[in-house]
Amino acid sequence: MTLRVYDKYDLTTKVKIMGKGFKYLLIAIFVVSLAGCKFSPVKNRVSDKDAAALAAKQQKQKEAENSAQDQRYGAEMGGSFVGRELEDPNSPLAKRVFYFGLDSSTLSPEDRNVIAAHARYLSAHPKVTVVLEGHTDERGSREYNIALGERRARAVEQLLLVQGVPSSQVQIISFGEERPVALGHNEAAWRLNRRVEFLYSGY
Amino acid sequence: MKKQLSFIFGLLMLAISQAQAVLTIEITQGVQGATPIAIVPFAWAGNNAPPEYMNKIIAADLQRSGFFNPLPEEDMIATPSEAGKVNFADWRALKVDYVVVGKMIPQMDGSFQIQFQLLDVYKGKQLAGYSIRSRKPNLRITAHQISDIIYKTITGVRGAFDTHIAYITVTKNRKGQKLYRLAIADSDGFDEQIIYESTQPLLSPAWSPDGKRLAYVSFFGGRPKIYIQNILTRKTEEISGFKGINGAPAWSPDGRRMALTLSKDGNPEIYVVDLKTKKFTRITHQYAIDTEATWMPDGKALIFTSDRGGSPQLYRVELNRQSKTIGRPRRLTFDGNYNARASVSPDGRRVAMVHREQGKFQIAVLELKTGRFQILTKSRLDESPSFSPNGTMIIYATEDKYHGILAEVSVDGRAHQRLSLQNGDVREPAWSPFK
Repeated sequence: MTLRVYDKYDLTTKVKIMGKGFKYLLIAIFVVSLAGCKFSPVKNRVSDKDAAALAAKQQKQKEAENSAQDQRYGAEMGGSFVGRELEDPNSPLAKRVFYFGLDSSTLSPEDRNVIAAHARYLSAHPKVTVVLEGHTDERGSREYNIALGERRARAVEQLLLVQGVPSSQVQIISFGEERPVALGHNEAAWRLNRRVEFLYSGY
Repeated sequence: MKKQLSFIFGLLMLAISQAQAVLTIEITQGVQGATPIAIVPFAWAGNNAPPEYMNKIIAADLQRSGFFNPLPEEDMIATPSEAGKVNFADWRALKVDYVVVGKMIPQMDGSFQIQFQLLDVYKGKQLAGYSIRSRKPNLRITAHQISDIIYKTITGVRGAFDTHIAYITVTKNRKGQKLYRLAIADSDGFDEQIIYESTQPLLSPAWSPDGKRLAYVSFFGGRPKIYIQNILTRKTEEISGFKGINGAPAWSPDGRRMALTLSKDGNPEIYVVDLKTKKFTRITHQYAIDTEATWMPDGKALIFTSDRGGSPQLYRVELNRQSKTIGRPRRLTFDGNYNARASVSPDGRRVAMVHREQGKFQIAVLELKTGRFQILTKSRLDESPSFSPNGTMIIYATEDKYHGILAEVSVDGRAHQRLSLQNGDVREPAWSPFK
């Protein structure tokens, strides 16, 4: 299936016509579709407008979490994904987006484990580089959010560096609140926008 | 009754503005006890409609200030065009304190002679009278200048109608990409000019003190850099493109230096750059976020946002003329756990900021001398406050039905109005200095 992306303008136009109840219905449909779709692996970076790709990412994350154990075992056995791990939806490396609490740049223990897997991958592949993009939700002042997004990206960068990844392989950039993936104006959207994204190149 | 009048007036403005404005203004809350004034339609001898309805522009200006409540045209029982023809008893009966009368006289060379008189109804005498020569593209500006004269004569405070606002708009281009634009418009939202546009994020416009240039942050090229652009020539200069954040530019009051935020040292710190020598001086040394610096009007201190205490708050640090800090930064705000993005009033007495209260982000004002703290706005996503150059109004960004819009509030929190774009989002307003 394809997922229609409702941007701010579309949504409000429809709300005006259809009234409040319909707005919530739309949001509900949107959320349900996010949870229920099946997608093929995503190779390219997720643009801020591409909600479908976001859903794909989340799907991959879920799958990755379920099968992380098997994968690690498979890799030790000389499994078939060596060198192509970044494209393997079952690899822990398939999780490329990490979420944060309000005002926070603290990572959960689970996320730290996944980031450790990224660190091992980068250490083993010196030609691969990654850009860590820091983002915030829309609330509060814009320049402060640029700073907060950078702090989030730097928290992830620190985890990579302490595990031996050379700093030449890692770059960070913050977009603050300028590039939301979820365009709602409620906690459901804000939660998805407070994030750091891994953007790999050179693999 | 007053509110109703305001509302009708708002609708009227909306209708007028369809013709050319991109931003439309709606008065959302008029002020009880605002001074009643009548701006009589200016006499016009031509056969066609006058090139501008000066009275409507002036009445809209005065209404926006919150100090005045202009009489609707349809309630006027006479439309004199000079003081000698004014029957003061008529206007006393309408409970109007002041009357403005005037005329527009076409000249041979295509320009117009615009005469107006401001009259005190109760004293029955003239307070001001001017004759101004103007021509076609400048007639709105002339009307704003007349508003400034009326405002100053009655309130004693310099008017800020003949000024500009800069802001960022975000729309979609034909390819469906986001299009960021830096625009300026007259203070009433008319005569928009696009200064710069990009498909990459654009933020933090800041006026030079002479009003001729704008500094801003553009992600053009994939990462943020600070640029200065001349409004007239469009000539652009890169000021700062270090690794990491280059953000939050703020001109010093004398225009020679700029405060900004750089993260090249590992985390966001305030710097001051001398715009002539390009020498950067580091101001803050803190393992925390330091950003959004703004200058005190005397150029001897900066106010900035820092979360060194655990939550974002405003701090103040004193500087000498060589941009060396004097003493340690001192915390200014203690109300709540989020106070950021300061804008200092031109007299240096007040600081407006973004304040979080029960999960809502609103504009608040701190009186520096007394410590009096007042929340001025009521919505939940208010940001980017900017004082008018006369210190009476604050323009800020907010949302309405998921649209980014601009709004204005008087410093006392009594008068409110909104400026909305017909489509897309408007954000990050910056009020220009006086011309």
